[in-house]
Amino acid sequence: MIQLSNVFKRYPGGFDALRNVSFEVADGELVFITGHSGAGKSTLLKILTLIEHASRGQVVVNNKNVARLPRRRIPYFRREIGVVFQDNKLLHDRTVFDNVALPLVVAGLSHQEIGRRTRAALDKVGLLGKEKMRPITLSGGEQQRVGIARAVVNKPALLLADEPTGNLDADMADQIIDLFDDFNRHGVCVLIATHDLRQIQRMRKRVLALKDGELIVDSGSQTA
Amino acid sequence: MKNHLLRHLQVFFYSLGELARAPLTAFMTVAVIGITLALPAALYALLGNLQRVGGGWDEGARISVFLRLGASQAATQALAGQIRAMPGVADVRYISPTAALKEFKRLSGFGNTLDLLDSNPLPAVLLVRPVNQGAGAGAAQKLAQTLGRLPGVALAQFDLEWVRRLDAILRLAQRGVLILALLLGIAVLLVVGNTIRLAVLSRRSEIEVIKLIGGTDAFIRRPFLYAGLFQGLFGGLLAWILVAASLALLAGPVRNLAGLYGSDFELAGLGLRAGTILLLGGAALGWSGSRLAVGRHLRAIEPG
Repeated sequence: MIQLSNVFKRYPGGFDALRNVSFEVADGELVFITGHSGAGKSTLLKILTLIEHASRGQVVVNNKNVARLPRRRIPYFRREIGVVFQDNKLLHDRTVFDNVALPLVVAGLSHQEIGRRTRAALDKVGLLGKEKMRPITLSGGEQQRVGIARAVVNKPALLLADEPTGNLDADMADQIIDLFDDFNRHGVCVLIATHDLRQIQRMRKRVLALKDGELIVDSGSQTA
Repeated sequence: MKNHLLRHLQVFFYSLGELARAPLTAFMTVAVIGITLALPAALYALLGNLQRVGGGWDEGARISVFLRLGASQAATQALAGQIRAMPGVADVRYISPTAALKEFKRLSGFGNTLDLLDSNPLPAVLLVRPVNQGAGAGAAQKLAQTLGRLPGVALAQFDLEWVRRLDAILRLAQRGVLILALLLGIAVLLVVGNTIRLAVLSRRSEIEVIKLIGGTDAFIRRPFLYAGLFQGLFGGLLAWILVAASLALLAGPVRNLAGLYGSDFELAGLGLRAGTILLLGGAALGWSGSRLAVGRHLRAIEPG
């Protein structure tokens, strides 16, 4: 699903966010990426979603070499990846339903199909009763679940999450991570960037640890 | 294909709803566009009316052919027949020296003084009406020259030189209106562009999110293009209303003035064709202005 070979990322001004990072993630894996702030977790996710480009090295996501992807293909590339953000990036002037439906509207699905799939995604994260509410009226955990519903509504093969539990208390965080685990059991490849060691210990999955832009630990695939 | 059309329709009504949700902002933009477009449209309408005034006089264009004194009645009639047969002549009317004198007495105010003359000093006159008024004053002028060279003719005068001058002035004014319309069209482009630029910037986070979840540029552009289209269209409509209202206000005084000149001239409005062009032109300008602004600012907004 993901292959990185000798990837470097240098920002203008000479800061090296990633140095010689190589790893592979197979289809259907659940992987934690960990490390301190500034270790390169976010940069890694930005490269995988084509927000940033690697300065050197090769990145293959979903069997596509991202360096060879023309600009106009980027939207279609992103439709195959679900992304969950720490600040969830919901649109606060729209209802929960409209937020979750957005990827389907963008992809141009029919009205019925959008309704069906959006309700299914909301049901999955346990928010079916709140579809008409505005995100701002929901709790932090519920907002994050709306973000997750939006990320999976397209049924992507790859789900990326950047500090999805960063703003949540322990109970809420457990629920969110369990939700990702559930998607993973249904065959979705999941990458979670987090510095929440408690979750990493609890789940006992593969861990990639970054430090100052270098990959210092790859625990390898584990079976829980 | 059906889906595609449906999505366009959705955005169409969504954009219309956006205008309704922010009525004041929308109205301000539409008002600026409307007034900007109304200026050249009103000038165009006035020019059209002036041309009709000039055309009205053109209808009355006559060439006065003064015959040599002492021409016999028979020779005059023969000459009239000859002229009537010439190409470009619609009608010839004979005014005898006696009739001419009577008219001169009536109009000049020299009535009694003229009675003192023992003979009539006036020549016979043939009033020639040229055909094909549309060809303008040039053809009539040429005809007058030909008539002047006929034997027995003392002078052929086409005295509507001023019609030609008016014609030239109107043509100049037309060019001026065209240039003005061009400049104001560019102004509308910039006004719409600026409004849309602000709309794009105010929805920056929304655009970022849509880009992140795989929205194409075309998808993001669409509502802004429709917004520009509507602003231009309603601006054009407002311009039409403004011109119609102004002309309605002028109609009374103009009728009054025309009445004083013994004319039943009435102000004409823009007309359906010019009005439609105004609407479509406004819509096209709105769309293009939006397209220019969105194209430039969309690239600048990248998630990150």
